[in-house]
Amino acid sequence: MTLNFSHFTAALIFSLCASVVFGITQRNETKAMIRYGLYCFAWFIGGVLVAGWAMWFLKR
Amino acid sequence: MANDKAIANAAPAAGMMPIVAPLAGWLVPGLGHFIQKRPVRGGLILLSVAVMFFSGLGMEGKVYGLNVGDLLDMLGFIGDFGNGVLYFAARMMDWGGVNIFRATSDYGTKFIVCGGLLNVIAAIDAHQIAIGKKQ
Repeated sequence: MTLNFSHFTAALIFSLCASVVFGITQRNETKAMIRYGLYCFAWFIGGVLVAGWAMWFLKR
Repeated sequence: MANDKAIANAAPAAGMMPIVAPLAGWLVPGLGHFIQKRPVRGGLILLSVAVMFFSGLGMEGKVYGLNVGDLLDMLGFIGDFGNGVLYFAARMMDWGGVNIFRATSDYGTKFIVCGGLLNVIAAIDAHQIAIGKKQ
């Protein structure tokens, strides 16, 4: 079975998985883990959106 | 400050756990946390690494074998090897594309490598729990 993800879907899956592991491994308490996971996820997705729009402007 | 308190409360595990936990965690993603009675963390790690690995295979990513060729290929092998039993299964079942034909195949290759690296981070975390540096 071949998966045909768009760039954004692939980035979303990567961000989600990486954020979960970062959250668990980089903090000591449950609340801090959730907060740090969400923080990482927001930065991943924010970075993707900023880079995407930057490339859109560079193309024009 | 909350982290310092959590570290102070963490009890070091006795015996072979500091060696067994990271090895188990590397071999089976999340197992290092499961055997230290942290099933939710272990389950989330297992899910994350497995999703990365199988998404990568689904995107026809390449699974690197042991090689002494290109530096990036060697690093790719090290990253893939971090997946533990998933890597061995992929090698035995001949999963994964050999050559990269599409852009998504390249993403898939990176997904597999990153899944392995995340698993290594999780295995180190299991070791930190075992030696009492973390709750």
